[in-house]
Amino acid sequence: MLIDHPLLGLRDAQEFTYLGDASLINRPDWQAENAAQAFHDYLYLRDNPAGEHRELWFHEQGDRSWLVVTRNTLTHEILKVELARDVAKAAGKAD
Amino acid sequence: MHKLKAITPLGSDSPRIDTIGALTISEGVDSALASVAARAGQETAVRDLLAEKLSLSLPDVGRSADAAPLAAFWSAPEQWMITAPHDTHELLASELKAVLGDAASVVEQTDGWCRFDVIGDTLEDLFERLSNAPIRTMGASSVRRTTVEHVGVFLWRLSETHVAVFGPRSSAASLHHGLISVAKSIA
Repeated sequence: MLIDHPLLGLRDAQEFTYLGDASLINRPDWQAENAAQAFHDYLYLRDNPAGEHRELWFHEQGDRSWLVVTRNTLTHEILKVELARDVAKAAGKAD
Repeated sequence: MHKLKAITPLGSDSPRIDTIGALTISEGVDSALASVAARAGQETAVRDLLAEKLSLSLPDVGRSADAAPLAAFWSAPEQWMITAPHDTHELLASELKAVLGDAASVVEQTDGWCRFDVIGDTLEDLFERLSNAPIRTMGASSVRRTTVEHVGVFLWRLSETHVAVFGPRSSAASLHHGLISVAKSIA
């Protein structure tokens, strides 16, 4: 499987490690009123779609960047690859 | 003060040099290394400071730049590895920190890495067997981080017939074994 790294081009999946659902970027506010419930949901509740799935991958044997990879779990086709920091910035989660 | 004696990454008194077929594989012990990571929003400042004070123009993705005696290669977004001769720049990290101040985080890397210089006409045959890097299309000054013999390395193509391999110092013997084994098989 090849992952089209936004900076480095096509790289073999063996260079990457997989973390999980890209929604892990959306860490709840620990000071919020409903923080306990929000962290419960953040930690334990996952969608498990048969089809398009957004995932966090780490380019461990490469430039050590985190990527958000949109992958079809039925066909393993990779539809989109973004730098996780660009995704987080667009969502207002990072400077 | 204890009488301490430096050893090479392979554990010897002197750097090992192997000549196998058309290839010479030598253990490099004369590079000082430091990493420079621009702090948030400071990439331009880092580039300007190094260009102005050290005449070093930091390279873009997958490339290296030479400003003798210094050289730099790209290692990650807004992050570079800087090399210089160890004899004259043993304190490379502090020298860079003095130039960069709060614009970047500088980390001493010299003792974390081993370096093998592979020189010879058949180095493309060697690296296409050892790694997934497209070595034949990697021109001079290109750099790629990948794996060799299950060890994470930087492959730095210095010229048509010269590649420097940087790997973790603690895995120097494994990396050396991989290089030597394949060099023998293609000799």
